[in-house]
Amino acid sequence: MWDYSDKVKDHFFNPKNAGAVAGANAIGEVGSISCGDALRLTLKVNDDTEIIEDAGFQTFGCGSAIASSSVLTEIIKGLTLDEALKVTNQDIAKELDGLPPEKMHCSVMGREALQSAVANYRGEVWKDDHEEGALVCKCFAIDAVMIEEMVWANKLRTVEDVTNYTKAGGGCAACHEDIEAILEKVMKERGETFNPTAAPIEKPVAAKAEQKPLTNLQRIKKIEEVLNALRPQLLADGGDVELVEVIGNTAYVNMTGACNGCQMASMTISGIQQRLLEVMGEFIKVVPASQMPTKLVSIEGVSHA
Amino acid sequence: MHDIYLDNNATTKVDSAVVDAMIPYFTEYFGNPSSIHRFADGVARAIKKARTQVQELIGAEHDSEIIFTSCGTESDSTAILSAIKAQPNRKEIITTAVEHPAILNLCDNLEKEGYTIHRMPVDKCGRLNLESYKHLLSDQVAIVSVMWANNETGTIFPVEEMAALANAAGVMFHTDAVQAVGKIPMMLQDTKIDMLSISGHKLHAPKGIGVLYLRRGTRYRPLLRGGHQERGRRAGTENTASIVGLGKACELAIEFMEYENVQVKAMRDKLEQGITEAVPHCFITGDLYNRLPNTTDIAFEYIEGEAILMLLNKAGIAASSGSACTSGSLEPSHVMRAMQIPYTAAHGTIRFSFSRYNTMSEVDEVIRVMPGIVANLRKLSPYWEGDGPVANPEQAFQPTYA
Repeated sequence: MWDYSDKVKDHFFNPKNAGAVAGANAIGEVGSISCGDALRLTLKVNDDTEIIEDAGFQTFGCGSAIASSSVLTEIIKGLTLDEALKVTNQDIAKELDGLPPEKMHCSVMGREALQSAVANYRGEVWKDDHEEGALVCKCFAIDAVMIEEMVWANKLRTVEDVTNYTKAGGGCAACHEDIEAILEKVMKERGETFNPTAAPIEKPVAAKAEQKPLTNLQRIKKIEEVLNALRPQLLADGGDVELVEVIGNTAYVNMTGACNGCQMASMTISGIQQRLLEVMGEFIKVVPASQMPTKLVSIEGVSHA
Repeated sequence: MHDIYLDNNATTKVDSAVVDAMIPYFTEYFGNPSSIHRFADGVARAIKKARTQVQELIGAEHDSEIIFTSCGTESDSTAILSAIKAQPNRKEIITTAVEHPAILNLCDNLEKEGYTIHRMPVDKCGRLNLESYKHLLSDQVAIVSVMWANNETGTIFPVEEMAALANAAGVMFHTDAVQAVGKIPMMLQDTKIDMLSISGHKLHAPKGIGVLYLRRGTRYRPLLRGGHQERGRRAGTENTASIVGLGKACELAIEFMEYENVQVKAMRDKLEQGITEAVPHCFITGDLYNRLPNTTDIAFEYIEGEAILMLLNKAGIAASSGSACTSGSLEPSHVMRAMQIPYTAAHGTIRFSFSRYNTMSEVDEVIRVMPGIVANLRKLSPYWEGDGPVANPEQAFQPTYA
């Protein structure tokens, strides 16, 4: 059984706004009957203010599909169309206190129904911009189509490449066999052979190990440099990292934004560690600042006590 | 009312007599059956007794034809990999489109290694075409693997006839009988079946114990090599308590065989009759006249199975579904797809599987709550309007990217 939050269960057992809205002037129909999910969203939009006065849903689907539909109608009622269009599938999932990775597509379907309904109201034709494939990476909810597209677009060659570009395979690693199969298939199509030991396409920054041991100041400066270089990637994911303290070979950092509490955090930390080793030629242990010893006692302090 | 368990094809409750039989082999006789001291005294004898109990249930000619394994999946893998290893020149495997993943995924993998896999299709009632089967048999085929009974619909395949045909063509025959053993009588010594898989937890023994029946004289290569256990055909220290438990469960299965095929079947029949009468737009899948006595699989059109299960669960009823969502995959069950059940029905299939622990009053309870659950979900369905499906449901609602 899925581990559904109480909110998902509540919206499933007591759905809000079920059924079609009478006199609806915006209708969105999305989903895939082969996947077992389909949703019709009906809205009553005030023609003067563009405010969504009423919303109703009809859903063929599982518990989380019905819950996502229900919570979507609650979110968008009272919003203007432009405001409603800013609702993301993350917002829907968040309102439900999260969804299992296999079920995230239910929240995507909600957002797409909304876009489709707004397009219908405005007399436009909404076109779905993504095709959904079988779920490969369960840790980060990445499907086969997404991986295949990235392998094609970026000429990826190894599982590590795929993880770098899509996050897929960066968690429990159980899907590495499936990722290899995708690589094998795509590389065959472009006339190459998959080699599991090939170097990743992105060569790590030339590892120039420093000859002399670093002073603490040099070490801190170097660590800052590496963090600065990695920052754009983290910002792109809605997170950031801040160096708090360096004690010997241990760097204490604060993970902020989306990195904070994200299941990627530990992977990000190991990525930073890896890059530090490559650039500095020495192992720096990266530790969340929360684990920093509360009272820093210098050795002199202890001996004089 | 207490909770109602109707998911016995998924797994069963361990019979209390089985638990009682097992306990001493955890506490008192915990010795390794290969050891020569009093802690092991009697353990080897207990295993031998269990072997004859299994032998009797399936009607094997010799007790040495029973090999204890860890589960049905291990037995399946052992059988197929043994056949291809023993006959390296044969590069084809015949199976069906509706096998359990334990067979299908293994075959998919062997296909990547260059084997040709013949997956026989089934008709809308889940039946095989034996004429086309005959044409597939050749000296290129390493093994035929066909399930005795389907786990989703309970449909029984004519494995005895198919084994005879395979034997006549000089081809090995394996059957995954995990759903059939203990539910229908069998007498393997009168058949040409070479190998057969059993899973303990499907017949009130614990999980983690299985059997591979290996007909005497069948060419064989072990999957696990190591110690001399199971005459070197399955190395690894014996799971003694579970072996003893499985033996006891087999003894009980013989005792209850008639009950299973009369009383349990009567409960199943009443349930499906009651539901199909009370709920519009539902139908039973599979071969209605050739099924396990304990299984019914009902497709409720225009609604989705996981949603049904969640509402059933809330009502204290445990069942299972062939919908995509319950498995986390994108497609509904391969068994439903193979039978060409339309998507609007395949996603709404619910399997009820009984055991001797169920009662008629439980059946009445399910018949009582089912119509309301279906009606509630149909109220939410875009394929449903008022008291019936919308006219031309597949046309009336055509979501983008269907």
